[in-house]
Amino acid sequence: MKYVDEFRNADLARAVSAEIYSLVDPNRPYKIMEVCGGHTHTIYRHGIKDLLPDQVELVHGPGCPVCVLPMGRVDEGIAIAERPEVIFTCFGDMMRVPGSKGNLLEVKAEGADIRMVYSPLDALRIARENPDREVVFYAIGFETTAPSTALTLQRAKKEGIENFSVFCNHVTIVPPVRALLDSPDLRLDAFIGPGHVSTVIGCRPYGFMPADYGKPCVVAGFEPLDLMQSVLMLIRQLDEGRCEVENQYGRAVLWEGNLKALEAMAEAFELRPYFEWRGLGFIAQSALKLSAEYADLDAELRYSTPGVRVADPKACQCGEVLKGVLKPPECKVFGTACTPERPLGALMVSSEGACAAYYNFGRKSFEKVEIGSR
Amino acid sequence: MSEGREQRVLDALEQNRRRPPRFTAPRIDMSHGAGGKATHKLIEGLLLPAFDNPALAPLADAAMLPLGDASLAISTDSYVVRPLVFPGGSIGELAVNGTVNDLAVSGATPFALSAALIVEEGLETGVLAHEVEAMAAAAGNAGVAIATGDTKVVERGKADGLYITTTGVGVADPESNLSSASVRPGDKILCSGTLGDHGAAILIARGDLELEAEVFSDTRALTPLVRALGEAAGSGLRFMRDPTRGGVGTVLNELARDSGYGVALWEENIPIRDVVNGACEILGIDPLYVANEGKLLAVVAPEVADSALEALRRVEGGEEAAIIGEIRDEPARMVLMHTRFGGARMIDMLVGDPLPRIC
Repeated sequence: MKYVDEFRNADLARAVSAEIYSLVDPNRPYKIMEVCGGHTHTIYRHGIKDLLPDQVELVHGPGCPVCVLPMGRVDEGIAIAERPEVIFTCFGDMMRVPGSKGNLLEVKAEGADIRMVYSPLDALRIARENPDREVVFYAIGFETTAPSTALTLQRAKKEGIENFSVFCNHVTIVPPVRALLDSPDLRLDAFIGPGHVSTVIGCRPYGFMPADYGKPCVVAGFEPLDLMQSVLMLIRQLDEGRCEVENQYGRAVLWEGNLKALEAMAEAFELRPYFEWRGLGFIAQSALKLSAEYADLDAELRYSTPGVRVADPKACQCGEVLKGVLKPPECKVFGTACTPERPLGALMVSSEGACAAYYNFGRKSFEKVEIGSR
Repeated sequence: MSEGREQRVLDALEQNRRRPPRFTAPRIDMSHGAGGKATHKLIEGLLLPAFDNPALAPLADAAMLPLGDASLAISTDSYVVRPLVFPGGSIGELAVNGTVNDLAVSGATPFALSAALIVEEGLETGVLAHEVEAMAAAAGNAGVAIATGDTKVVERGKADGLYITTTGVGVADPESNLSSASVRPGDKILCSGTLGDHGAAILIARGDLELEAEVFSDTRALTPLVRALGEAAGSGLRFMRDPTRGGVGTVLNELARDSGYGVALWEENIPIRDVVNGACEILGIDPLYVANEGKLLAVVAPEVADSALEALRRVEGGEEAAIIGEIRDEPARMVLMHTRFGGARMIDMLVGDPLPRIC
């Protein structure tokens, strides 16, 4: 595949790997968190940990938007989906996310009209085609997907489509990272910044990481060589005593971000005073809701969702695992109350979450694999 | 964390895993039909305990029924694909080839099929005739007779045009000892051609995605490939499967689990068409879990691997055959892939349902 294979070249990977090996200080650990779930996927899919020295540990961050959704928000979505007049639309990866009594796949089997879409515009098209039904789009994602929801809202308003509404669960990336950094027992040295989010918000919002917390950050692309290069850039910063925000993903990310997308978001959304994250608790100003201008398209108002809160089980220790304080099997509920089939915490929801990976593959999930002879 | 405590947690998990699964879902949902973990739970937790008998117990593609000195192989499959006609094939052809292949990869020579048609009220006769002709042609090609059958018509809205169930019988080769228990470390894993063509073709043909790409289903009878492989590998042929629903990733996990050995794959040797790779990349689907309807996965002894590969490549439909991996002691009961990029990655069984109604 053109424009993809170049970034998956094994010879270049070996070269970057060798440079990382030559730079690392054998007497110190390098704990680097990749904030974004997309990066976690790349790391797994291409086996990047096997190309890094033992001292370099990649810690998977909170950046998987379906995983961090609390049970209460899933339950409220399900309650809307169960209404007979509603066609409920969502992205495919939402279907298996557990609420307190089940997931959307199970509710669909019970008869709810739930349809997977690939874009919020598909949901709007379904609304146009079914004027006698109410179409609700379950919006999720960080700043990456929020602009497309904003544009869909703008279009719905312009076309006067009244049987369409959005149940907004968009979250923002900076507050959970700040919450992690505020934690006194944090054991991380540096951050790989989220590439897709940054195509929208740019690099400026990460300035607080070096400025306030002394942690370097490199905004990275999603191909394996992007990640290898970002690790190299972070190790250089740490070794040279520099601490700044750098942009590895220059081919897609502008320092200032995408101003048009930001404008659309500013029109359609406003910050919630606080929002709950599965496994991390309440975080101030960490999520978006529809702005007053779009209140008539807000599913929360249209269906008067009660704002149910289903507490994370007290024993869930996702926060500690995220901060790098605990390993998955050290959590009290790992493998007993919390399994991939019935996850309690965010890290068990996605198959790439640290806990789910450990559950499925044991030590193999983080041990280096000896690249045996062929 | 102490090694001892971690080991205790891992041991507990392993014990859980070996326990027979219980089926606890209150209702059947689409993931139970996807061929991955949920399907396994349904079969092993609900069906197997009720039907328990020695012919069913191995949960193979075909069951072996002793009959005097010989052994009869029997297999059944239902076809509910949408759309009925897709690039490279149609439901009728699929319904014959799929069941013929389940027999062939079990080491049996198929000779007869039964066919049950469930037709939705209002289906155009021309559409039905096209599928019946496709079935006849595929049966002729595979050398099997459609010897008996049944037709039912259901009300409009109760079926998606046409569903077909075929059951096939064949004579098992008394010499063959195909089983996950026959594989040994060092054995090589062969694949008869490019992966993911069928699933990708269906997904694109459904038109939901506004993708335009030329991908054709690979539906074909595997009997010529199986014959060539049997002749070339002889007693060195250990295990065969056709990686349909759930794809190669799921089949190899079953092999690893049932044999107790590890499976290692080499990503750079796995043949996947550029266009399939591209479509999967855009959709976020892993081609290792995408269905095939005309591909053979075989495990052979290392000393016959090269001749087996040559034999496959000489047969139509096997031109792009490749040795994609091998059986190892470690990681026991797991599948590991050496990535093209230079690392390694664990391959799980399919979880959930990436592609609805593909076969």
